[in-house]
This record gives sequence, C-alpha cells and structure tokens, in this order.
Amino acid sequence: MAVQFVLPDSKSVSQPPSTLAYIVDRAFFIAAAVGALAIIALVIYFLLEIGGQALPAIGRSGASFLVSTRWDVENASFGILPQIWGTLYSSVLALLIGGFIGVTIAIFLTQDFLPSSVATAFRALIEMLAAIPSVVFGLWGIFVVIPFIRPAADWLHDTVGFIPFFGTSLSGPGMLPAVIVLAIMILPTVTAISQDAIGLVPYKIKEAAYGLGTTRWEAILKVIIPTASGGIFSALVLAFGRALGETMALAMLIGNSNQISLSLFSPANTLASLLASNFPEASQVERQALMYAALVLLAITLVVNVIGTLILVWTSRKIAKA
Amino acid sequence: MKRQLSVVMAAMFALFTQVSHANSADLRLIGSGASFPFPIYSAWFKDFSKKTSGVTVDYQAKGSGAGIQDLINKTVDFAASDAAMTPKEIAEVADGVVLLPMTAGEIVLAYNLPGQPKNLKLPRDVYPDIFLGKITRWNDPRIVAANPELKLPDLPITVVRRSDSSGTTFVFTKHLSAINPAFKEQVGTGTNVQWPRSDKIVAAPKNDGVTATVKQTPGAIGYIEYSYAKLTKANIALLQNKAGKYVSAGATGGALALASAKFPADMIAWVEDPEEAEAYPIATFTWMLFYAKQDPEKAEVLRKFVAYAMTDGQKIADSMGYIPIPSGVSEKVLAASANIK
Repeated sequence: MAVQFVLPDSKSVSQPPSTLAYIVDRAFFIAAAVGALAIIALVIYFLLEIGGQALPAIGRSGASFLVSTRWDVENASFGILPQIWGTLYSSVLALLIGGFIGVTIAIFLTQDFLPSSVATAFRALIEMLAAIPSVVFGLWGIFVVIPFIRPAADWLHDTVGFIPFFGTSLSGPGMLPAVIVLAIMILPTVTAISQDAIGLVPYKIKEAAYGLGTTRWEAILKVIIPTASGGIFSALVLAFGRALGETMALAMLIGNSNQISLSLFSPANTLASLLASNFPEASQVERQALMYAALVLLAITLVVNVIGTLILVWTSRKIAKA
Repeated sequence: MKRQLSVVMAAMFALFTQVSHANSADLRLIGSGASFPFPIYSAWFKDFSKKTSGVTVDYQAKGSGAGIQDLINKTVDFAASDAAMTPKEIAEVADGVVLLPMTAGEIVLAYNLPGQPKNLKLPRDVYPDIFLGKITRWNDPRIVAANPELKLPDLPITVVRRSDSSGTTFVFTKHLSAINPAFKEQVGTGTNVQWPRSDKIVAAPKNDGVTATVKQTPGAIGYIEYSYAKLTKANIALLQNKAGKYVSAGATGGALALASAKFPADMIAWVEDPEEAEAYPIATFTWMLFYAKQDPEKAEVLRKFVAYAMTDGQKIADSMGYIPIPSGVSEKVLAASANIK
C-alpha cells in the first residue's frame, strides 16, 4: 500500500515528509498538548490542594464564614464578609478609574494624535509601570499618595461629610489611597490590550467611516471603539482580575480593618491582604480558614471571568446582528 | 553481568560513605522563627560560623508561629519565638523542647504630632484607653494634664496596630491586659487580637509598616520594637511605670525591667509590669527553641552556639537596639543548655 505514495518523478520538489520531519511534527504536537493539559491540570491541582486544606474549615464554619464579620484567632471564629466587600469595592472603583483612563490613553496613542515614534515611547513608558514591584507601589502610596490626597479628603469630609462616600475623615491608610494606587497598577494591562484591540481594527473601516462624512470623534466613538469592544472588554476583565488578586500594595495601604463602610476614607480589608498578613504566623486552624478564604477569592475571580465572557459573547452577537 | 553490577554497587557504596564523611565536617543547621530578633541573630550566626570552622547556620525570619510549626513538623534544627511556646505546643514535640531566652527587647509607642514635640508623657491609665479607642483626641484633658509643657493639637488620635499575627502584639497586649482590666476583658492577650472597631484604628504589616504609617500620619500612635524606633529616629513616648515614674525606653530602663524576671525550670518568664522604680514598663525576652534529643554532633554545636550567644553575643546587643540578658539569667541559660542532647 505504501508504494502508492511514492511520487513517480523522484526529481519533483514535492517529497513525502522524511522520518525526521515526521518525528519533529509529532514531538511538537505532543509538547504542545502536554503544555496545554499541564496548565489545566495545574489549575485543578490548585483547586484540589486548596480545597482539601480548606475542608476542615468549611466543615466547621460552613456558609456562616461568608457572612460573619469577625476574624478572631483566639476563639477560632472566622468570617470574611468585610474582606469580600473590600475586595469587590476596591476593585470596582479601581476599574472605573483605571479602565476609563487606560482606554482613553489607548485611543490617544492609536488614533494619530501623536507622531508614531512618540506614541511608541509613550507606550513603552506605560508598560514600564507593569514592571514596578508591588511593594514599591505600596511605599509610594504611603509616602506620596496619602499626603497628597489628605487636604482634599479633609476638605470633602468637613464640607460634604453627609454624603456616605465622605462620611469619615481620612486617617492615613484607607480605601481611597488603595483604589488610586490599584488603578495605576492595572493601567498597563488596560492600555496595552485595548491598544492592540484598537490597532487591529482595519484601516478600511476607518476610511469608510470618514467617507460617510463622520468627524474624527464620531469615527472613533461610533465605529472604531464598537468594533474593538471585544478586545477592550477582555482588557477590562483581565484588569479586574488583577485588581482582585493584588496583595502587597493593598496590604500596605488599605488599613486592614475588618469593617464594611461606603466611605472612601475609611480603612477596610481585602481577601488577598488578609492572606498576606495572616498566613506567615497562622496556626493550623487559622491556616485552614485562610485556605477557605483563598478558595472564595478563586471563586470570585472565576465568577468575574465567566460573567465577563458571557457579556463579551452577548455584546459581540448584538454587534454582529446590528 | 551480575558481577559487574555488584562491582558498580560497591563503588557507589564507597562513594556514598565518603560523601557522608565529608558532610560531617560541614555541619549545616537550619532554623526559623521570630522576625524581631532577626538582625541580631543573623549577626551572631555569621560571627559564630566564622569562629567555628565547618559550621553554617541558616535562619529564616518567618515569624514566631511559623517557627513553632516548623519545630513540631521537624523541618528545622531549632526555632525561635517571641511568644515562647504554649504547654500544648510543647506537648506536640515528641523529642522534648529546651526553651532558652537569647536576647530581649522593648516595645515603644511611636507617635507623630505636628511640630514633632519630644518626650510626650503617657500615664498608666491613659495609654490603654488610647488603644481601646476611649481617648480619641490629642487634646484630651488626661493627656494635657500629664504634659503641661507641651502644646497638644486638637487632632484625632489614629491608632496604628499590626495587621499580621505577631509576637510584638502578644507582648504589648499582655502588658496592657496586666495593667488595665477593661483592656483584658475587651481585647485580651494574643498574637492577633480583636481590636475595637473604629475608623481611627488602622493596621499595617510588620514593624516597618507600622513605623512608616505612623511617620506619614499626623496624629498617629503605634507600638513597635525599640530597635525599629531607634533605626528610624521616631519620637517615642515616655511611659509611666508601676512605681509612677515616666521612663524612656533604652538599655538602662529595659535591663532594670528584666532584672526582676524569675525563671522557672522551663525558662519561660514574662515581665508584664515591672516594679523597679526606673524600669521601662514593656520589655520582653525572646526565645530559641531546641530539641532535647537529637544527633549528638548537632547538639554539641548548638550548645557551643548558646555559650557563644551568652558571652560574646550579648556584647553587640545594646548597639543593635536589644537589651543584653542580665548576667544572672545568662548563667541559668548556660546551665539549661546542658539539656540539649
């Protein structure tokens, strides 16, 4: 049977794959498959490992863990409602600020506002933000951001303190400094990915929009951004995930106080900060509770990602229909 | 084939025995635990390794709780803890534990007030109430009465505490519980306690985090190890001791506080509230934890190390912001180190 595949003209440039080429091809396929499967296996292993270690705590406190507000090591009674609140509140606020600024920068850098060499330098600068260690952001927050926002915060509390967002005076570490630093930390993610997404919009589409007589802003806001919305959206989802899991800078800036408050100036706590602060010296029982908290953080991240994907699918369908 | 294999096996066996022989000359000791004495411990280990050929000591400053866990799990040769060990933890170590106080430190209240006034005096009934959130402003009459020479501002007091579980918190809350019944009832003693809930009580990680937050927040007060306050030149309060005198932290006040410590056989002693007239009120020992039974070679080196730490080692304590172990106590420690076998 094999004879069939031998080409009649042996001088032809088309040759059947050599054994080496075949082996390389198979090896590459296997390596790729193993790599892909290993990542899935790793995630499952994480879940099993964390879940397994959290099991005693789940058995002990069950669902009350999610609604209790005490983290009492001495009496081994644990609850993470303030941390869940703080994690979501700080991440949503950071996403509002960082997302808006990040997408704006991406538009600014891609829509010929700047000579391309300046835009490239600009982009490199923003991406450099991603390379700054978290602890440096934390220190910068303590020594620069907090003193900088203190006068404004005091003024807001004194004049419009009846608004719940400004209900308490800023004592130093708190929600607002944490949110500001977090917004800056997610900026490179938002900018880099949305910039790529906007850059992928075919030039013809833009030309067509101009051809229909749109102004520059109409073309950007009504044609280019909607076309790139899928990519921009995944940038926001990724940035939100990054904000949820950010640890060290928040541990230094959020104030680590287990309370639920709408006030931007009040100290709060997040799940990642709780883990970072308490893990090193945790006893067996507390460690299990922390594993449970880690599991909750994983679940929140998963839910956020799933919701993000669903919205993405939904909006792209809507755009396709329109 | 079989003969060849046995020859290879014999060669490998010879190699192994040789390697293990070479290893015994290079003894490596692994320890972990408290972070507060880490600066002085690492100076000791470096010096001790230099003086004792073939011995290296690795110490990881993971925190007291983690050190105790490591000792129980037998992943280290020794551990260190600011909170000593509870009887329950001691019972979990099958080979038995020898606890030895190695050095001592003080906990100070660092504060930040506009104009940086020095020598703020805090009476015995006032500083527990600050940490209970009962005294909330710097111009509170009770603080003003103790400091007639200072101009205290009308500023809210921001209390900075440790966010992580810590031996420093343990010693500080132990002292506050000893001198203030309300604090004992509401907060109690522990490495990570339930502080009153308030917008004016914030938490920062580690000694350096608390120090930085206090330095950046006008009106802040926080508890830190004396060595950190010394390093950062933070303003620290004079505290009123049991005898009624206002005393500053430092080698003299700390040594006097610890002089009153009476060590039982297990070498765990706390000075919750020293009575000496010139003693600084919040001082504590910090311990190293050794197995009572182990490899005799390691035991010998560990005993040598304790002897070094109690003699040459204590000489650098003062300059690094620690309190030297009183001479009567160091003799007891040396005697107790004979239990490391």
